[in-house]
Amino acid sequence: MLKDMNPDDVVGDYEKSVLTLHGNIRRTVFYTEQEIPYPEGKLIVSRTDLTGVITHVNSSFVEMSGYTKDELIGAPHSILRHPAMPSAAFKDLWDTIRNQCKWQGYVKNLRKDGAYYWVKAVVIPNIRNGEVVGYTSVRRKPSRKKIEQSIDLYSTLE
Amino acid sequence: MTNYFTISPDFSPDHLSGWYIFNTWLQKITNEPIRLVFYDNFELQREAIENDCIDLIYANPFDAAMLVRHKGFKPLVKPDGYSDEAIIAVHTSSKYKQIIDLQPGSSIATTDDPDIFMMGLILMEPAELDKSNVELIACENYILVAKQLIQGSANAGIFFAEAYDDLSNMVKKQLRILVRSQIDIIHHSLMIGPKLLEKHRLFQEALLEMAGNEKGKAVLESLGFDRWQIVNEEEMEFMIDLMDTLSS
Repeated sequence: MLKDMNPDDVVGDYEKSVLTLHGNIRRTVFYTEQEIPYPEGKLIVSRTDLTGVITHVNSSFVEMSGYTKDELIGAPHSILRHPAMPSAAFKDLWDTIRNQCKWQGYVKNLRKDGAYYWVKAVVIPNIRNGEVVGYTSVRRKPSRKKIEQSIDLYSTLE
Repeated sequence: MTNYFTISPDFSPDHLSGWYIFNTWLQKITNEPIRLVFYDNFELQREAIENDCIDLIYANPFDAAMLVRHKGFKPLVKPDGYSDEAIIAVHTSSKYKQIIDLQPGSSIATTDDPDIFMMGLILMEPAELDKSNVELIACENYILVAKQLIQGSANAGIFFAEAYDDLSNMVKKQLRILVRSQIDIIHHSLMIGPKLLEKHRLFQEALLEMAGNEKGKAVLESLGFDRWQIVNEEEMEFMIDLMDTLSS
């Protein structure tokens, strides 16, 4: 179960959006125009189970998301979903990893405080003894040019 | 029958004698004949692994996938509190103040150390740099990478952070760090091959007990480590998955 965002957690002027997430979950989010720079030299790492529920996060994930580790573990990964991200990108992600292939793309993530940060994300299936047991996602700092290209592309997608 | 033990070719030369001391200790404690062999570069070492000539290895994380998933190796231990990190540095007088200042066509000095090279490329991604649009200058070791920067022959250099930190102060004074990775979860590991697998537990327990006695502690010191830490199979698989994501 994913709770709606709490406007009290949001810093600055915000807008509201209601997202329909993977598994038909509906979530009300609040977002601002504040961009948080990706931390130099770090990787943001998480693991999920087969349904996209977070089972592991590293400290950079916690720091950048604005949530506590306890809030993240057990939550759907879509807790980071920003309304500017088209559903098509996540459909492509799920289709790719369910075929046991590696997915990569540029993602705008939403923080608990309503701000956002861009990442280059790579997601792979964790295969153990021939079975997919979960997924690992690793994010790193994207170039500004790739971010601009992604903004243009995502504005054309639903 | 003799077992063959090898060390990732990126080991610090300061610890060469330490690895011989460690090998002697290992033979005594496990009662196994083990010969320590060194390879000049990663290509030669991979060839030896491919030909099943290695039974025990202190492995670079880049080779972990091949060792575990194709050659049946299992992890034993890693040095406690130690991870592989990369640094991108320039000459102190360089006009480049941050990574994004580097331009396509930049000359980058590097070694054949595979995990550090990969991390270096990741650190340069925000500048839109990759193997296809930089001039790579291959160096045999990190001192030569530093020399390329000091002589003005390279715009930037990729360093193993530990090797950078071990450079003399005189050299470091002439260099400036643009970025240092803080990845934390990529590390070298001691791994055991199929021929010795039935002694996995014996080796692992002996290694973990090293820091608890004077003799073992002295051997660890000669390697520059405080103690070994256990690496279980899932932890190793996780690191391999992570390396897989980074190679994209």
